[in-house]
Amino acid sequence: MNRRFLRFIRVVKTGLVNFVRNAWLAIAAMAVMIITLLIVLFSVITNAAFSNTIAQITDKIDVSVYLKDSAEQTKVNTLIADLHTLPNVRQVTYLDKTQALGRYREQNANNPQLLSAISATDNPIPATILVKPKDLNKINDVEKALTNGSYTGVIDQISYQGDRKAAIDKIAHATNILRRAGIVAVAVFMVISVLIIFNTIQMAIFNRRDELTIMRLLGATTWYIRGPFVVETIVYGIISALVSVGVIHLLFVASSSALQATSLGLLDINYASQYFSMHFWMLLTGQLLLGMLIGAASSTVATRRYLKFKSK
Amino acid sequence: MILLDRVTKTYGKVATPALDRISVHVEPKEFVIVVGQSGAGKTTLLRLLTREEKPTSGKIIVGGIDYDKLHDRDIPLLRRKIGVVFQDFKLLPNRTVFENVAFALEIVGATNHEIRATVPKVLDIVNLRGKEKRLPMELSGGERQRVAIARAIVRQPKILIADEPTGNLDPKHAWDVIKVLERINHYGTTVLLTTHNQEIVNKLKRRVVTLAHGQVSSDRAEAEYKI
Repeated sequence: MNRRFLRFIRVVKTGLVNFVRNAWLAIAAMAVMIITLLIVLFSVITNAAFSNTIAQITDKIDVSVYLKDSAEQTKVNTLIADLHTLPNVRQVTYLDKTQALGRYREQNANNPQLLSAISATDNPIPATILVKPKDLNKINDVEKALTNGSYTGVIDQISYQGDRKAAIDKIAHATNILRRAGIVAVAVFMVISVLIIFNTIQMAIFNRRDELTIMRLLGATTWYIRGPFVVETIVYGIISALVSVGVIHLLFVASSSALQATSLGLLDINYASQYFSMHFWMLLTGQLLLGMLIGAASSTVATRRYLKFKSK
Repeated sequence: MILLDRVTKTYGKVATPALDRISVHVEPKEFVIVVGQSGAGKTTLLRLLTREEKPTSGKIIVGGIDYDKLHDRDIPLLRRKIGVVFQDFKLLPNRTVFENVAFALEIVGATNHEIRATVPKVLDIVNLRGKEKRLPMELSGGERQRVAIARAIVRQPKILIADEPTGNLDPKHAWDVIKVLERINHYGTTVLLTTHNQEIVNKLKRRVVTLAHGQVSSDRAEAEYKI
C-alpha cells in the first residue's frame, strides 16, 4: 500500500477515534454549529419564499389603460406600438370591448349583482390595454409616458391605483430589510460559531498539548498531527449539517400536518416547503460543505500555535 | 556524524550563555558520554541537536544535515533520523506500550505488517514482553524508561541521543539500560549519552566530554568520571 495513503488512513482513523473519545466536547461544539447552520438554511428558504411572494404580487399588477369608445383603431395601434418601446414594459395585452367585458365577467363571477347590472345595459366596459411593468418601482414611468398629452384622443382613463403601489413598495422594502437582516444575522452567527468551535477545539488541544509536542519531537509532520483534529471537526460539520436539514424537514412536516398552516404573514409556507423538497439535495450539499468548511478552518487555525517551530 | 562548531546558546537576555562556543566532533559509530553538573548545559546541547532550540551562533551539522540550511518543513525528517530517549520519557499517555512504540513507525508510514513484526522484537530487547497492553501510567519508572528506549531505537536510527536514561533507575535496571545502548552501538548506531552516574561512566570506558559552565572542560577517550 502507498505510504502516503496509509498515513492518510491513519489520520482519518485517529480523528474518528478522538471524536468518539471526546463526545462531550463534540456535543458542545456541534450544538453551536447546528444553530448556525439552521439559521443559514432558514434564511435561504425564507429568502426564496419571499422572492416568490414578491414575484407573484408583481405578476398580478398591471396598469389598465381604458380607451375611449370613440378612439380610432389606427391611433390605438400606435399607442400599443409605443407602449412596446417603453423600457419598463414587460407585456402589453389589448382587449377590445367584448374581451374586456369577458374579463370583467370572469373577475366578478361571484358577484351576480354586478353582472346583472352590466347585462342590463349595452356593454359599458371600454376597450382596455393591460400593461405589465418589469419593475414595480418604476411603474410611474409608464404612467408618465401615457399622460404626456399625445394620446388624449385615445385614452379615457388610466387605472393605476396609487394605494396598491404604495403597499407593494412597502412589501418590497420590508423584504429587502429582512433579507439584509438575515445576511447580517447569518454572518454574526457564523463568526460566533467559528469562535466557539475554535475555542472548544483549542481547549481540547490545550489538554493534549504535551501529546502534540511529543509527536513533534518524534518527527511527525504538521499534517499528521493536525489531520486528526481536522477530521474530528469535519465530522462535527457533517453531523451538524444533517441535523439542521433534518430539523427543517421536521418543521415543515409539523407545520403542514399539525398546524394546517399555509402561510405565516408574508412567508408562504407551502411554497417554502415545496422549495425545500425541490432543492433538497442542493441544500443538503450546501449545508454539508459549509459545516465541513467551518470545522476544518477552525481546527486548522486552533492547532497552529502548538505546531510552530522555534525560530530563535 | 555530529559536528558542533563554536556553538553558543543564550536564552533571552541572560548575560551568561547556557552554551559558550562549544566545539565537539563525534565520529560515526562512536559512543560518547556527556557529563557535567546540573546546569552545565547538557540538556541544552541535546535540545540543539534535535532542533528544539536554535543556536544563537555557531554551526551544527548532524548526519550531513547543516542546521543553518534546514527548512522548518524538513525538521520532522531530521527528527526521524535521530532516536531520542528523553529524561522525562515523553510517552503518549493515552496509548499502550505497544502503541507508543508503534507510533514512531506509524509516522514514517510503516505498514501494519511491518509494525507487527518490528515492535515485539524491540520490546524483547528492552525486556518488556508481556506488557504490550499496559498504559504508561500503569508502569514503573524503569519500565517507562525502557518504553522510551524501545521507541527511540525502533526506527533503527543512525544516531541515538539518550538524556539521563538511567536517572530514575536502581543500579541493576540502570545497567540493563546501558547494556541495551551498548548493544545498539555495537550494531552501528552513534550513541550520545548524558549521565550523572559515576559508576556507569567508569565501567563503560568510553569517550567522555565534560561540560562545565557551558563550556567543554575536558574531552578524553576512555576517560573516568571527574568533575
